[in-house]
Amino acid sequence: MTAPQEMSVGEDDRVRLAPGVMLRQDRVRNHWQLLGPERVLILDEVALEVVRATTGQPPVTVAEAIDALAAQFDAPRTEIAADVREVLADMIAKGFLTR
Amino acid sequence: MTAHCSTGTVLEPPLAILAELTHRCPLRCAYCSNPLQLDPASRELDTATWCRVLDQAADMGVIQVHFSGGEPTARKDLETLVAHATGAGLYVNLITSAVLLDRARLERLRNAGLQHVQIGFQDTVADKAELISGFPGGHPKKLEVARDVTDLGLALTVNAIVQRHNIDRVDDFIDLALGLRAGRIEIANVQYYGWALKNRGALMPTHEQLIRMDERVRARLPELKGRLVVDYVVPDYYGKRPKACMGGWGRKFLNINPSGAVLPCHAAETIPGLTFDRVTERPLADIWANSAAFQRYRGTDWMPARCRSCDQKEVDWGGCRCQAMALTGNADNADPVCDLSEHHGLLAGITSADGGTAEVPFTYRSFSL
Ligand code: SF4
Ligand code: SF4
Repeated sequence: MTAPQEMSVGEDDRVRLAPGVMLRQDRVRNHWQLLGPERVLILDEVALEVVRATTGQPPVTVAEAIDALAAQFDAPRTEIAADVREVLADMIAKGFLTR
Repeated sequence: MTAHCSTGTVLEPPLAILAELTHRCPLRCAYCSNPLQLDPASRELDTATWCRVLDQAADMGVIQVHFSGGEPTARKDLETLVAHATGAGLYVNLITSAVLLDRARLERLRNAGLQHVQIGFQDTVADKAELISGFPGGHPKKLEVARDVTDLGLALTVNAIVQRHNIDRVDDFIDLALGLRAGRIEIANVQYYGWALKNRGALMPTHEQLIRMDERVRARLPELKGRLVVDYVVPDYYGKRPKACMGGWGRKFLNINPSGAVLPCHAAETIPGLTFDRVTERPLADIWANSAAFQRYRGTDWMPARCRSCDQKEVDWGGCRCQAMALTGNADNADPVCDLSEHHGLLAGITSADGGTAEVPFTYRSFSL
């Protein structure tokens, strides 16, 4: 599924957790999750790294987060960029992240 | 801890608990789902007991706590409980009518770790809202508190409680939520338990009203994507298949009432013959796994033959037990909303008798009845 145009993220954008959203490690179920009002989103490894890289402190642009992930995983930047943008668009559409 | 439910699958811990801190409430909503027999303040659990229960909940794997009521802000120790729940690793929601809140208290609650505030709106027009809640001045106060909620960086849900008198204003409710910068709206058609069941003849909308509302909500969903999360509780009196109430009895949620009884859902006390364990007598995890009230309708073994042989049995779990009780007089029946149920014909009788648009006087919720 492709995200609608208005949900897509540019490299100059900055994203942050939406109000009332928190990143949490669930020790009982053994995974990381984003929690929001009445909602739980279970994060796989890719999604977790994307959330950490884009919403950490100090705030960074999406481009800077992609650079950091490309270096961290020693992977081609274009590949990482595609993953990051897909994960972010999905989380924005679901209301877990905002720009 | 591992326990097994009757289908043989491993019992997961609940995702969320509803902590009804008190039945006290300054409002007197005609649709209130609290039981007709309300717990008096003298029977409420104390701070230390709630803190112990919150620790037990976090340890067993509960993720979210909803402080609710009655009106949870009527408890002076709410800040302490929010801080304690947050410290235990729980995500904290507050379900409130907002009329007792002000900015200073909200700020203290936020600093204690509160993440999300859900405010119930009885209508979008003040005098109409206040007719339902029986609380003059409530509506503007709610608007003021809602603005403070988002101002302080907390998540806001507008809970639109929909019935015959406001159902035609569902668009206005959505606009209200957008105007208040809410992240989420819950469009909740009144569920007929407790006081609401008493007032069914004054609240239940017509089928035509429901269809119009449904069309309006669906028409707006595309434009709201990414701006406003819409949770939509579709009323099922006019439906053909029941909803999986609470995601199935004893599967995802539990409810603790003001005096500490642990219920599979907030209306479970309407079912005669169920006994509820108290957090003052047994650890929460033990109650979740073994309490007779939870085991009674957990899984599929309890089901009538028609449900047991049905491919929907692990989808809707036979529907709502309390609704089966209220409508058929026996909670062991399938939810009569199901058109495969031999009791389904009852619904048509109720909707034609009680569904309408007329102004019927409300019986306001009160402690004195
Ligand atoms: S529904 Fe109304 S009366 Fe009942 S607890 Fe909520 S605000 Fe109070
Ligand atoms: S028969 Fe029972 S399980 Fe099947 S749809 Fe109806 S209520 Fe659900």
